[in-house]
Amino acid sequence: MRLSRRSKFARAALVLVVLVGILAGLGSFTFLYGEGFSYFSKEPRACMNCHIMRPQFDSWQKSAHHTAATCVDCHLPHDFVGKYLAKADNGYRHSWAFTFQDFHEPIQITPRNARILQHNCVACHGDLVHAILPSETTANDAMSCVHCHADVGHGPRSGLGR
Amino acid sequence: MEETSPPSATTPDDEPRPPRRRVMGYLVAVLVTAAVTFGVTALLISIFTRKQEQRTAFVRLVEVDESSTDPQVWGTNWPREYDGYTRTVDVTNTRYGGSEAMPAQKLDRDPWLKRMFSGYAFSIDYRDRRGHAYMLSDQEQTERVTKRPQPGACLHCHAAIAPTWRRLGAAALGQQVSLTDFQWPAVMKGFELMSAMKYADAHAELLKTPDGSKEGPKAHPVSCVDCHDPGTMELRVTRPGFVRGIQALAASDAEVPHLPSIQRWRQGTRTKPYDPNADATRQEMRSFACGQCHVEYYCGPKETLFFPWDNGLKVEQIEKTYDAHKFPDGTPFYDWVHGETGAHVYKAQHPEFETWSQGVHARSGVACADCHMPYVREGAMKVSDHWVRSPLLMVNRSCQVCHSFPEAELAARVRGIQDRTHALIGRASAALVDMLDGIRAAKAAGATSQQLDGLFKLQRQAQWRLDFVSSENSMGFHAAQETARVVAESIDYARQAQAAAVTLRASAAPPATAPSEPVEGVTPAGSAPPAPYKGLTQPEPDTTGK
Repeated sequence: MRLSRRSKFARAALVLVVLVGILAGLGSFTFLYGEGFSYFSKEPRACMNCHIMRPQFDSWQKSAHHTAATCVDCHLPHDFVGKYLAKADNGYRHSWAFTFQDFHEPIQITPRNARILQHNCVACHGDLVHAILPSETTANDAMSCVHCHADVGHGPRSGLGR
Repeated sequence: MEETSPPSATTPDDEPRPPRRRVMGYLVAVLVTAAVTFGVTALLISIFTRKQEQRTAFVRLVEVDESSTDPQVWGTNWPREYDGYTRTVDVTNTRYGGSEAMPAQKLDRDPWLKRMFSGYAFSIDYRDRRGHAYMLSDQEQTERVTKRPQPGACLHCHAAIAPTWRRLGAAALGQQVSLTDFQWPAVMKGFELMSAMKYADAHAELLKTPDGSKEGPKAHPVSCVDCHDPGTMELRVTRPGFVRGIQALAASDAEVPHLPSIQRWRQGTRTKPYDPNADATRQEMRSFACGQCHVEYYCGPKETLFFPWDNGLKVEQIEKTYDAHKFPDGTPFYDWVHGETGAHVYKAQHPEFETWSQGVHARSGVACADCHMPYVREGAMKVSDHWVRSPLLMVNRSCQVCHSFPEAELAARVRGIQDRTHALIGRASAALVDMLDGIRAAKAAGATSQQLDGLFKLQRQAQWRLDFVSSENSMGFHAAQETARVVAESIDYARQAQAAAVTLRASAAPPATAPSEPVEGVTPAGSAPPAPYKGLTQPEPDTTGK
């Protein structure tokens, strides 16, 4: 029996639907296999899913802050919108860099993330240090806390090979 | 994808033909879906690969044991490390160090070296060093070995020699050769035996020892088994010279704040001598492995090779050890008789480990391997770069790991230290040449042997310090201020010798009668301001007992 044009189109549409289904399944699997949901959490292990951050994770465990702050406490804004914007920004850049193995060694904090970090130092320690803070702590020429307190978040640097 | 193409437009039918745009729409939708699926699959495989890389550090495809000196055999199991190791054949260059095919004669570039080394084998052939892969063939070819008799002790650092020591030592002690145990007693015995041999005879013994390959024994430069335990891959030291030297250092009271395991051993019962393979931390081993060879040593021929660390690692502490040392025949220690003056002088080798020990990096817990073998990422794996070379060739991986400054800035800082050291060495070499001329002139003018002894001592001190710095392979970087101190002392001793030599020949000066102006503006005693300012003008006596 010859198919009408309409039913031929219906068959083509079905093929397309199946293809989209395959994509959805494969995508979901990849998302789960890549532990996609962990990125919505604040679990520090999620930050070393892609292996690059292992030295940072290891050194954080040896640092003064490991009982007080996790990765996201220092590296992400604390408000909901800012946090997810920063997650999206970093997630996009990190997955691109790691998938295509295209990044500077050793990894370096971006200016935007350095501002977030500095902001978070003050968010917790502001009461103690307000007397010595310049009026604008995240200005480009302001001295950041970690310039001197380099070990507080990630412990001693030697031998880690970051 | 072909069967999903829309039906041919030429098919006859009753129904109205679908608009061409609709057909194209389906086609594009399918292609986009296909492309995205393609990408997602590629991503999935990429994630899978990285996860596998993280899981599998290595696969032990072939067995390696204590006899496997052929690095190619190890390369089957550890291809990434082996790749790096083999790259040490490549030419690398920095401003103050090179490694071309036949490296430049240092003697032609710096003519004062010929005068400093007058009468010593270094005055016939002295070139820039090359990569690890060349260490054995360069030694086989240098005119210092081909034209002068040299002992088998030279192979302590230029060949993968431990299995040969073990074979000869086990034979002498009547033991079986083990493939799994390092057999220190046999190795020590073999080391003593081979060090006393002629270089050619010792080299011939190397060729009789199995190297773990199928092709039959070959002599190899220092390779995997010299730094790694073949069972566990752990870092280890295998050189008798280092083991004895570091034991002597531990037993001394020299300050070694950069070596915490020695400090801990000193606080213990000391019933067993310090054993780097058992006592040292992993981070210390990342320097000790290099310190087995990149050190100051005496290599023969009058005595078995030893590291002069009995009083510490500083230039004057090593000098003190040499000053007090006697050869087995009871005569005082010296390296050679200077060809121009006849002074008994010392030869510095390449005291990198000793110089590093005085620097800020050692004090901060930074090991040789942190800068010379920094980690390199391969996918999800991180391996130590076995292409050992100057950190200046990989500033990002070597320096930026700790120092958050641009690469150019970091390189400029190193360059500043090296340029200053080089300029200081230039001044010291000029002083050295003047000193040699002065001593020769004093000798020609008939100085007594007693007078000459004083000059010779100054010459030995000046030369030892200049050589210590100029033969060290960092142009001052390993310990900038310490290096400057050592060169300053060299200049001082050389000029002292020059002045003393001239004074010997000069007639006595008449008494000085010109008036000498007193210092003006000094507060008279008793008129000093009251405390607390008194403390500043008259510091408290130092009671710390230093």
